[in-house]
Amino acid sequence: MNVAVPPPKENMGQPVARLEARSKVTGEARYSADFPLNNLAHGVLVTSAIAAGSIKSLDLEAARAVPGVIEIFTQENVKGLKDPKFGQGNSSSVQPFNGPKIWHDEQMLALVVANTHEAAEDAAYRLRASYDETKPSATFDSPGSQTLDAVGNTESHKEDPKLGDVEAALATAPVKIDVKYSTPTQHHNPIELFSTTASWQDDKLTIYEPSQFVYGYKNGVAEQLGVDPANVRVVSPLIGGAFGSKGPMTPRTAVVAYAARALNRPIRCVVSRMQGFTTATYRAETRHHIRMGATPDGRIVAYSHEGWEVTSRPDNYVVGGTETTSLVYAYGAVGTRVQIVKADRNTPGYMRSPPETPYMYALESAMDEMAAALKMDPVEFRRVNDTQKEPIKGRPYTSRSLMTCYDQAAEAFGWKKRNPAVGSMRDGDWLIGMGCSTAIYPTNIGPAAVRVRLSPKGEVRIETAAHEIGTGIRTVAGQMAAEPLGLDMKMVTVETGDTDFPPAPVAGGSNSTASVCSAVLVASNRIRDRLFRAAVTSNDGPLAGRNPGDLGMKGGMIVAADGASVKLADLFGQMGSGVIEEYVEHTPEGMPPESMAKLYSGQSSFKRGSQGDKIRFAFGAEFVEVRIHSRTREIRIPRIVGAFAGGRIMNPRTARSQLMGGMIWGIGAGLLEATEIDPRAARYVNRDLAEYMVAVNADVNQLEVILVPEEDHEVNEAGVKGVGELGNVGTPAAIQAAVFHATGKRIRDLPIRLDDLLNV
Amino acid sequence: MRPFVYERATSPEDAVRAARGKVTANLPPVQAPGQFIAGGTNMTDYMKLDVMRPEILVDVNGIDRNRYGRIEEFDGGIRFGHLVRMAEAEEHPAVKAKYPVIAQSLQLAASQQIRNMATLGGNVLQRTRCDYFREATWACNKREPGSGCSAMDGINRRHALLGTSDQCIASYPGDFAQALIALDALVETQGPKGNRKIRFADLHVEPGNTPNVETVLEPGELITFITVPSGAWTRRSMYLKIRDRQSYEFAVTSTAVALDLDGDTVRDVRIALGGVATRPWRSREAEDALKGKPLTPETASAAADAAFAGAKPRKYNAFKIPLGKETVIRALLETKNMEA
Repeated sequence: MNVAVPPPKENMGQPVARLEARSKVTGEARYSADFPLNNLAHGVLVTSAIAAGSIKSLDLEAARAVPGVIEIFTQENVKGLKDPKFGQGNSSSVQPFNGPKIWHDEQMLALVVANTHEAAEDAAYRLRASYDETKPSATFDSPGSQTLDAVGNTESHKEDPKLGDVEAALATAPVKIDVKYSTPTQHHNPIELFSTTASWQDDKLTIYEPSQFVYGYKNGVAEQLGVDPANVRVVSPLIGGAFGSKGPMTPRTAVVAYAARALNRPIRCVVSRMQGFTTATYRAETRHHIRMGATPDGRIVAYSHEGWEVTSRPDNYVVGGTETTSLVYAYGAVGTRVQIVKADRNTPGYMRSPPETPYMYALESAMDEMAAALKMDPVEFRRVNDTQKEPIKGRPYTSRSLMTCYDQAAEAFGWKKRNPAVGSMRDGDWLIGMGCSTAIYPTNIGPAAVRVRLSPKGEVRIETAAHEIGTGIRTVAGQMAAEPLGLDMKMVTVETGDTDFPPAPVAGGSNSTASVCSAVLVASNRIRDRLFRAAVTSNDGPLAGRNPGDLGMKGGMIVAADGASVKLADLFGQMGSGVIEEYVEHTPEGMPPESMAKLYSGQSSFKRGSQGDKIRFAFGAEFVEVRIHSRTREIRIPRIVGAFAGGRIMNPRTARSQLMGGMIWGIGAGLLEATEIDPRAARYVNRDLAEYMVAVNADVNQLEVILVPEEDHEVNEAGVKGVGELGNVGTPAAIQAAVFHATGKRIRDLPIRLDDLLNV
Repeated sequence: MRPFVYERATSPEDAVRAARGKVTANLPPVQAPGQFIAGGTNMTDYMKLDVMRPEILVDVNGIDRNRYGRIEEFDGGIRFGHLVRMAEAEEHPAVKAKYPVIAQSLQLAASQQIRNMATLGGNVLQRTRCDYFREATWACNKREPGSGCSAMDGINRRHALLGTSDQCIASYPGDFAQALIALDALVETQGPKGNRKIRFADLHVEPGNTPNVETVLEPGELITFITVPSGAWTRRSMYLKIRDRQSYEFAVTSTAVALDLDGDTVRDVRIALGGVATRPWRSREAEDALKGKPLTPETASAAADAAFAGAKPRKYNAFKIPLGKETVIRALLETKNMEA
């Protein structure tokens, strides 16, 4: 055991290494663009240099003249693709190849297909487009942008939560703050580039593409192409980072499939890093106006939160994080409103903790500001407003260990040593600041199906279309079978990411462990029951006549408490079975029965954490120390401590990795990440990993993850809450608070950069 | 990437001949069809972006490394062959001990992987990171003279405030060059017209009306050696680089400082500024403000003011005036505390 392999505490599984760890670090692991195909052609995208208007003409002559070019697909020769349906599984309602209209910067104009990637790229450079250009609206406040209420104009934000009369409560509150925050455009930038490989055998299509929802892609691409989904297979065994960007299918997939059919040849299209900024989704910039009122002893009597989010012209995307923030504390009154601002941009999409990251940043920053206004310790201020029931409808949390997280993290961090006076802590030329924040994420769960097969040798094979995006879903699913079946993890194989396997929900919303492990648990228990039944009913076996409830499984044997046992192979022989297999469809309690059938047709649905008579959320608390040079003001983070409670932790090693990765992302979100938009042209300018900055190793110093034991039998069958998205929720607000503590400056617009901290 | 001819040269003469075969009149060297490649870290980047479109790439890695890949100390200075990798120079004991500003300027640049590849000759010719230069669909006077400057009123946080013109505000991104200009380095070249020596301070030019002209080099002219004279100031020297993240980022502001002190009094001082100018930038104004005076926070501050007296900020880069000044002050005071 070492720091990376934490010993399990109460209600935690073993810190098993990832099943695919060795293959990943040796380069043996095969990602979607790695599958060798015979006679493969290569596609390169050409994208627009304007954000609004239409294509006047495309000059293909020079491009066609490049040796090796096979065909150039454009709106002229791509015919009959159906427009995608925005929302369920698709990133946008626009298929750019269906017309000349330009909706956003660097929109797909053409797919150049050649015998080599190099020839396709060369030709792509030579393709010339001319446009009828109109003046684009880039973002908030841009002329021509359009502001709409999210309620009534979006699918997912159905109501603005409210409680009582927030204006009246604000008017009479003894202590008040009125503050505005903003978060910038951000891009996921998974290291694995976006790609589509399409291959037809007669009327059967196989797509190799990194995907967080293979059944969604299967049905979505079939719909756009007008083919039977039964003839489409999507393969995505390992995904090299996704963070939401590979959740909804983008319009490229159908175009590459179309081109492969037209040429009767498999095509691989790998999207460049730069084009990944505009042909996939992103986290849109947000703005927040928070007004909060409190009593002098720190009770929040009023919380008003208005949010604004940028979306595209064709699609009303919204994250609407007030659904979560309105539940966090024991507010006396709540007023919220979310609005969307339509601009000439591509449609935003999910990005790690989509609603919570921006909205909790605003709420938790305001919490720190209110604590300062009250002259209260920020942890104690949260304690005063902690609650086991959400304030709006009074529904209880199935479990909520927020203050335990605060106490454990504060202890490990040494919060007591913090001098609360602003600007009071210093080490030589470096100002020191300390801040904290709450992290929260809903426990979502969806229907999932798995096939679990046990062989007489004790080998277990699990098949599910769940998505290994790096979280360790294969490993925890394997553990969920290995534990009840009493088998070593060496005996377990888990196959994922293929529509030939039973369907699993989109890998988003931190649902996968709960959804998939619940199904695996049911299947494994059924297999166990079948074996136990066979063992006790076999006429002359050593366990004949016993009570199945007294049996267990260990090391490839069925064992009784007194040591009597039968080997699996012998029992299989008696049963006359070659293998035992269970195909389990698991629909969480409280979900509509048709949700399983919908999953097969590519519609993933969740029972969300905020739904139901009891609400289900995972919590955490993060503490950050910043150091800021007294002259040059660069901001460094020597340490972060986070404590998190997520119900049953299937695997402390992979859970820690997820949370740590989230906290590291939070460093980037707090201090570095921003996609810059040139407001004149509504175009992104810093489209690479040198200029779009994320935290590098040197930015990450001491980082401690505390897994707080928590038992919750109500949350779902598996008792797990999921921790994939929890880790990055609190970090930016904790950084903001720490920067204030060090400098006395409230920098409310992310990212916080030295520009704003200079002594001028 | 567009197709190109690749050739390997085994001597500078060879290289010059190969590149020269494609010399076109009236084109500045960065736009010439014949280009040299060594580490390739900058050239391949710009070829992939379709910003540089050489017809012939002459690989100079095959040139005799015993001669051109060596670091040689001599009486009065140190000489770097153009093929020395950044990582080799930053780890060289004499460089570390006697020219810390050089070692630090290299160490704080790019990433270890890039420094393992990039050569010193190529390093000083690194081209700007201006986003509008890098994306070929924006108007850019440096890329396409006369097309306009998108950065002037665009997102220009990273752009220059010194040495700018109304044609171009792209900043020179490198670190090593700041150490070289501070220490009065000399560049030796071999070109179509033979060999010559150029003061490092004269190598790069301001954009003026021809932002596409970045150096005084001629097409097909190859840097062969860089020589740095030693002096009383070289040992007490440092490179301070301020940036948003701790590694793998170009300077927001930086400074190369070298000091020769007589007690507290400044006998000689060298100050160069990175991240703020269109070319490697020596601030004689700042140096003159300090010479003969005691080095105190006040005199350092006056020197910093002098360094930025001519700065012309744009919308998003005005913060680099106070930041650049603090960078200079901090570096001067930290250098003062070094052991000579």
